[in-house]
Amino acid sequence: MTVAQDQPSALNFECETGNYHTFCPISCVAWLYQKIEDSFFLVIGTKTCGYFLQNAMGVMIFAEPRYAMAELEEGDISAKLNDYEELKRLCLQIKRDRNPSVIVWIGTCTTEIIKMDLEGLAPKLEAEIGIPIVTARANGLDYAFTQGEDTVLAAMAHKCPTEAPQLEAEKKERNAVSSLLNFGRKKEEVQQEESEYKDHQPLVLFGSLPDPVVTNLTLELKKQGVKVSGWLPSKRYTELPVIEQGYYVAGVNPFLSRTATTLMRRRKTKLIGAPFPIGPDGTRAWIEKICSVLGIEPQGLEEREAKIWESLEDYIQLIRGKSVFFMGDNLLEVSLARFLIRCGMTCQEIGIPYMDKRYQKAELDLLEKTCNEMGVPIPTIVEKPDNYNQLQRITAQKPDLVITGMAHANPLEARGINTKWSVEFTFAQIHGFTNARDILELATRPLRRNNNLKELGWEKLVQEEAKV
Amino acid sequence: MKLAYWMYAGPAHIGTLRVASSFKNVHAIMHAPLGDDYFNVMRSMLERERNFTPVTASVVDRNVLARGSQEKVVDNITRKDKEEHPDLIVLTPTCTSSILQEDLQNFVSRAEMDTQGDVMLADVNHYRYNELQAADRTLYQVVKYYIDKARKKENLPTDKTAKPSVNILGISTLGFHNQHDCTELKRLMADLGIEVNEVIPEGASVHNLKNLPRAWFNLVPYRELGRMAAEYLESEFSMPYVDISPMGVVETARCIRKIQQVINAQGAEVDYEEYINNQTLYVSQAAWFSRSIDCQNLTGKKAVVFGDNTHAAAMTKILAREMGIQVVLAGTYCKYDADWFREQVSEYCDEVLISDDNAEIGDAIARHEPAAIFGTQMERHVGKRLDIPCGVIAAPIHIQNFPIGYKPFVGYEGTNQIADLVYNSFTLGMEDHLLEIFGGHDTKEVITKGISADSDLNWNKEAKAELAKIPGFVRGKVKRNTEKFARDRNLSEITLEVMYAAKESVGA
Repeated sequence: MTVAQDQPSALNFECETGNYHTFCPISCVAWLYQKIEDSFFLVIGTKTCGYFLQNAMGVMIFAEPRYAMAELEEGDISAKLNDYEELKRLCLQIKRDRNPSVIVWIGTCTTEIIKMDLEGLAPKLEAEIGIPIVTARANGLDYAFTQGEDTVLAAMAHKCPTEAPQLEAEKKERNAVSSLLNFGRKKEEVQQEESEYKDHQPLVLFGSLPDPVVTNLTLELKKQGVKVSGWLPSKRYTELPVIEQGYYVAGVNPFLSRTATTLMRRRKTKLIGAPFPIGPDGTRAWIEKICSVLGIEPQGLEEREAKIWESLEDYIQLIRGKSVFFMGDNLLEVSLARFLIRCGMTCQEIGIPYMDKRYQKAELDLLEKTCNEMGVPIPTIVEKPDNYNQLQRITAQKPDLVITGMAHANPLEARGINTKWSVEFTFAQIHGFTNARDILELATRPLRRNNNLKELGWEKLVQEEAKV
Repeated sequence: MKLAYWMYAGPAHIGTLRVASSFKNVHAIMHAPLGDDYFNVMRSMLERERNFTPVTASVVDRNVLARGSQEKVVDNITRKDKEEHPDLIVLTPTCTSSILQEDLQNFVSRAEMDTQGDVMLADVNHYRYNELQAADRTLYQVVKYYIDKARKKENLPTDKTAKPSVNILGISTLGFHNQHDCTELKRLMADLGIEVNEVIPEGASVHNLKNLPRAWFNLVPYRELGRMAAEYLESEFSMPYVDISPMGVVETARCIRKIQQVINAQGAEVDYEEYINNQTLYVSQAAWFSRSIDCQNLTGKKAVVFGDNTHAAAMTKILAREMGIQVVLAGTYCKYDADWFREQVSEYCDEVLISDDNAEIGDAIARHEPAAIFGTQMERHVGKRLDIPCGVIAAPIHIQNFPIGYKPFVGYEGTNQIADLVYNSFTLGMEDHLLEIFGGHDTKEVITKGISADSDLNWNKEAKAELAKIPGFVRGKVKRNTEKFARDRNLSEITLEVMYAAKESVGA
């Protein structure tokens, strides 16, 4: 990954003005507080941040979420109030009311601008109140949407224990996934099960996924004899995986480049650069790459992939030969485009907020290979897109499907263009062989709906021609 | 710093954007970091808007932090001017630009030289104003800008319209039922023989703002938006304004009488008494409703009201004065305008609560245990947890509060809609009967102080089965009454005997 990045590639990269719509990265608290069950997320920002979270998270707000705003007031901005004392007061209140195992501070644009030293305050306060504090700067000055998770996981990577505890019992407790799989079994059985794994260097996976998907991918690797020693993040903060020097790590999502860098540089692990397990093609490539690095011969993957493709045929029929346009807002775009092209779609443009060509190298290679094999033109990858320009291109190219944020979805539909709301891909279960159908369920929904309405003859519902 | 989970009014820039994007062909450019353009999502989703929201961001990123915005804001303004030819571009500061303290006015002056359209800076400080105050200020600012401009060009019309006419100030995008209210107000004005001169900001063109002084008077239906503009027009042109929200039968009549007085003072010679009488008796069903047997059953029932100033005050008066319901608590989150609210409602409710802390309101509701709540979406969820029905009367609101069907809150049709909302929110006649069977409905003492509806008491199998037989909508109440009874007597297990003893005791 460090040397091979500059090989010539047929992929065409462009960079526009960065005038595009996306979610603020603090939105990551919405799924991370649910994933890490003993956590509490404190977003240190203004009313603007709070208003965004309140509206973006919708009904989740009412379920007494384990997140809150530390809303900065004028006195905080002008440093009339002491940051440390203020944060201490709020964190003690959180400790009293919720008693979490970790408090995650989310730094925002405002804390950046007024240069509030969260990283400096955290260790002091941590020692004083006795709860670990993780600091992540997930702000809109630097990051887009899903990159928020990246900043949190990169910060958590520092908190993973360095060495396996001595006691066998404790070790089992640490390892969330294997203890989950071993639940209720006798020691001999567990040992016997251990023997089902090939002998390989420990592997830790990173990226927050819903628990069913974690189990699913873990079992998928188990079939190949690959043992997953842990996940960053785990279900609980107290179960963060052991990461020792020399461990292998692999990412499950394309937006985790900071976490990958941290794991390599700070924790001295080796990164397996693979395409991401999105779509059956991606999942197979992901497993194959992991197996090849760990020195294992993968078994039965080709048949498994073929079977999945077979089961997708009814959906694929709806999109084969159609075109798709990604406006870009969540960094899943390259993986999704690669999968949809394999399904027989053509893609004119992949908009993406940020492109880490090193971390996504294997995924980009697979995209290129897929285009060549399917005999379709290679899409342009537009980094930091300009939504206004994109709307001009959409009007000109008339794609069959536009994957976009909600700000543009209704206006495009009113102009007779099928859209799929991109954020759904971040919340749906899309990883692994089993969930490939869910991706297509989402991607084909607008086409199926509009097929149903076709006879009615009211496709364009704006009076004058689209003025974008 | 303040620990907050939920807020009632949004940040200042939302108010500015609501006003700017309500006008036709006005574009707002936010000086904001990536992701702050969430307003576009809200407008596109909540209002199901077919057109692109005319709001873009001049993105504040690391480079801007290091070197200042420099040409960026100016470039974005001139670019938008060329792309879409808006009549006006409103540069909108956010919390971020409030701290950066860049000279945005300077950017505006520079951009103005190269643009066809007008450019102005919204004068709203994030840390001083909330969404509602900012909206009011921005509307005033836009009106003043175009009046001044017309004066300078000497094309400000000075004559009044031949017939009595009105400007309706304060109808805006993302406002609670604003579109329907606007239609209803226009209809009302037509009935009264009053021409509608201009409606601002929704759907208005900035070029028409110079015509505002031609109207005989201004009507400001909402307390929160439009008053600053109305006061400005009054001081500049001696235009009177009517700021009585025509919500409910009595207030609508009061509003119309005030209009009559205002235009008669300018020589109109109208008498609306017969109209008011006719509408009240035969068009609005609300007056008849309050005499009917149904409404009799509502007498003395307890309600809590919470919302913005306009709707909470109007609702309190309607419940207390027109329906005989006991408003045990009326509250507003418009802290900046609390005195007005107190003055409006204090004679119609037992207690006034001024707060923007949702936990405080939730606990107050739990404490009072009203038969119904009229509040925002937050109170609706509190109601769900406590098993108390809730009618939504004010923002913050979800998509279901942007109905497609015609549902005004103002005028005579509005009184019908409100009557339905109130009636459907309370438990109905037959349910009442069931409540009586199982032990009364107004619990006079506090059962639990907090919002949590969990119970620490043990229900045995038979009692549980019996409880399950009670219809769902009264079950929570019966459960609470029985548990209160048990707690008072230190009974840890609830049996059938305890249940019936509780029923008898409360009944006695």
